[in-house]
Amino acid sequence: MAHYVMVIDTKTCIGCTDCVDACRMENNVPEGLCFDWVVEVTTGRYPELKTEFRSERCNHCSRATCVTACPTGASQYWNDSNIVVVDASRCTGCKACIAACPYDARLIMQPEGYIGKCTFCVHRVQYGLDPACVAVCPAKAMHFGRLDDPTSEVFQLLESRESYSLNPETGNEPNVFYLR
Amino acid sequence: MQRRDFLRLNAIAGASALLGPSLAGCSQPAEWQRLMTAGPATIKPTVCNMCFWSCAGQVHVRDGEPWKITGHPDDPHSMGRLCTRGTAGLGAYYDPNRLIKPLLRVNRGGSQQFDVVSWDDALGFIAGRLEKVAKEHGPEALATLVHGPGAEHFVHLTKAFGSDSISEPAFAQCRGPRDTGFYFTFGEGIASPEQTDMENAKCVVLIGTHLGENLHNSQVRTFADAIRNDATIITVDPRFSVAAGKAKYWLPIRPGTDIALLLAWTNVILAERLYDADYINLNTVGFNALAAYIAPFTPEWAYVETGITADVIRQTARIMAASAPATVIHPGRHTVWWGDDTQRARAVAILAGLLGIWGQKGGYYMPESVALPEFPLPAYPVPKKSWRDITISKFPLAGQGVTNVMLDNMVGSDAYYKAMIVYDTNLPMTMPNSRATLTKAAQALDLLVVVDVQPSEMTGFADVVLPECSYLERYDPLRSESERDPCIALRAPALPVQGDSKPGWWIAKQLGHRLGLDKYFPWNDYTEVIDWQLKQVGSSLTEMQTLGLKPYPRKTPLYLTPGAPLNLQTPSGKIELYSQALADAGFDALPRFTRHAQRPDGFFHLNYGRAPQHSFSRTQNNPVLYQLMPENLVWIHPDTAMQFAIDNESYVQLVNQDGVVSNKVRVRITERIRPDSVWMVHGFGHTAAGLTLAYGRGADDSALMTRVLYDPIMGGTGMRGNFVTFRKEAA
Repeated sequence: MAHYVMVIDTKTCIGCTDCVDACRMENNVPEGLCFDWVVEVTTGRYPELKTEFRSERCNHCSRATCVTACPTGASQYWNDSNIVVVDASRCTGCKACIAACPYDARLIMQPEGYIGKCTFCVHRVQYGLDPACVAVCPAKAMHFGRLDDPTSEVFQLLESRESYSLNPETGNEPNVFYLR
Repeated sequence: MQRRDFLRLNAIAGASALLGPSLAGCSQPAEWQRLMTAGPATIKPTVCNMCFWSCAGQVHVRDGEPWKITGHPDDPHSMGRLCTRGTAGLGAYYDPNRLIKPLLRVNRGGSQQFDVVSWDDALGFIAGRLEKVAKEHGPEALATLVHGPGAEHFVHLTKAFGSDSISEPAFAQCRGPRDTGFYFTFGEGIASPEQTDMENAKCVVLIGTHLGENLHNSQVRTFADAIRNDATIITVDPRFSVAAGKAKYWLPIRPGTDIALLLAWTNVILAERLYDADYINLNTVGFNALAAYIAPFTPEWAYVETGITADVIRQTARIMAASAPATVIHPGRHTVWWGDDTQRARAVAILAGLLGIWGQKGGYYMPESVALPEFPLPAYPVPKKSWRDITISKFPLAGQGVTNVMLDNMVGSDAYYKAMIVYDTNLPMTMPNSRATLTKAAQALDLLVVVDVQPSEMTGFADVVLPECSYLERYDPLRSESERDPCIALRAPALPVQGDSKPGWWIAKQLGHRLGLDKYFPWNDYTEVIDWQLKQVGSSLTEMQTLGLKPYPRKTPLYLTPGAPLNLQTPSGKIELYSQALADAGFDALPRFTRHAQRPDGFFHLNYGRAPQHSFSRTQNNPVLYQLMPENLVWIHPDTAMQFAIDNESYVQLVNQDGVVSNKVRVRITERIRPDSVWMVHGFGHTAAGLTLAYGRGADDSALMTRVLYDPIMGGTGMRGNFVTFRKEAA
């Protein structure tokens, strides 16, 4: 199985939201919606401070609760990989997946009503390209690739740097990692 | 969820209201399913105009529909990665508020309004008025204020008409002090893009420069390289900027005391002999004068002024020196702050000079451009009076036209200027405290023409508004800048022209024709100029329409040979630590620290800056960027918020020291700012009703700058000497 992961370096991320912008243009995301977003976390008291930016999105979990929660099979893994997509023709808009997602990463597409989400830009991945957010990052803070390939950049980065993922305690096995 | 925050500040993801229709399977495939089988897009070259960085880009059009814009992969500005604003370029094309018809001010029944007129009528009106001005006052009575790559068309028209009074806010409202300070030290200004070799630096010093929020593309990329390479980042800023968050040393300096810090750093470097004596002997003049002058400015002295401890000043100075010449002392860009800004830039340049970073790897590299010949044209007429005649008596060392001097000379019975063309610059929000003067100028001038893409505040002052098409619809002068890797980039029309808008070159040529200046426009279409220029450097328009960007090999070395003499363009040929030229003009030959106005009780320093989502006051109405950042926030320290009982995310009005009240602005309470300061992003608080998204959103910092501190050397408008307090919005 192809194991795709995203690795985001918080050391160089500047929180510019270009990833959000590029995603919205690439995927023609309707007004007011987005598949990825940026979180700023500042800790400490002036002048002893630390600020971290995180570009967040669907974690394309290896054990995705949204996929198991979907009653129609619309939420599914793409092509024997961990990339989670929604087949609109089978989606009834019941929102069970929204309730099941630990990351608040799914939304209702307007005006059609099916459930939308980050696809890791699977239409680009099928040609070996990086997702649009990764390709645009002006700080080159974002990386994408296959964790099942030990020669890949993402494998090397996760091997050599300290990292964390969001809500790993859910057991969903998320696949977006943040380098400290 | 229905709507989502694109940027969450200290947010925790939580459950949201789940609304929406229920359906039995969607009849349409999802967008991603459509994209999986979509055919290839056609790609057309552009040069981005969302800011002045001018990244080469590629417009992707699929099935006749504009899809997206990406960076040109070979472009040293973007390396294939446009920034947040550039990625949103299609929003500038689609903005429903765009100007698409020429407008003429008419007086009807005592009230003024704009009528939609034909191009013929608009251009005829302008030509008639300009001819009258030339006849009565001479062509020198035309002033032209411009910005951006398209400015060249109107600069050309103005010179052909017979005036050299051309100015851009980029000088007196932005980087003029920096370039002047470096000119008097190194014999030349700083290039754009700045020649900072951050990707090879061991130490990067940012003094009030907030790279990251200031998203100048290659600057941010190379700053990220420096972080990746574990260079020591030293950030001096009253605010915990994004760059401060990446720094090993954040120096939260008391606003207005940079020169004290710079003098103390210089003191440490001299006192501890942290310089290369051979280099100093070979390449500088005035070292002894500097050494004698600098002795009293110890770190202990600077602590009292800056609030930065002597220990930190010493440590950071030692790191800079130990890393030199691979130390980037960043020259900054927007540097009109306290009126002594040229001297502040001198202090920066002197520090850079002592560290020997000029032309050295990891310091300042040597930029190079492709020598692109000018299209052959007859010589311009020599104006009887020059911009210098009205400028030099006020600001003797101004290297170019000063916008504020020109504007002042449009008002009053003895006004020098009688006509003005404004191209692509929104003066009321760019020049501090300028609205009253602009209003008077608009009354006094025989003609005020504004060329713009959108109905900006400036268009409201115009007699005639000429709608330019967006950068995605037009040819403009070729990009050929001095930089690391010389190259040429082409801006060509990628999308059909909207409405009756026209490219700048067409507007200038048409005006030239009506003014009898055809010999200065000896071509039918601007592509003839571009093609001719390209053929002089071994390319052609046809080739560039395919390539978009063409790299050229360097002819000169990127770095100077270590140990070789610098041969600068200063009078001495060396780094002028002591500036005789400044002394001769009656200014301080060595930078002097001045204690600036203290903030009144209950008031706070009004600091301002940039956000990665917006450029100046020109992008707030872009529908894509509006979604990312619809309004600016005023940053307030928690102690201040408590003192005034202000809630996070509530709206307040800011009231400055002269009683000027801002539009309402939302509060962000954050530890990331000094308790004596507030901070906001510039460019919001639009008052032009035609900008339907941006109108009335957020507050305009420039309207609060009623105290302007002029730089006596070059005329810069210092904007930081203003203070604000809070007025709570009625709930």
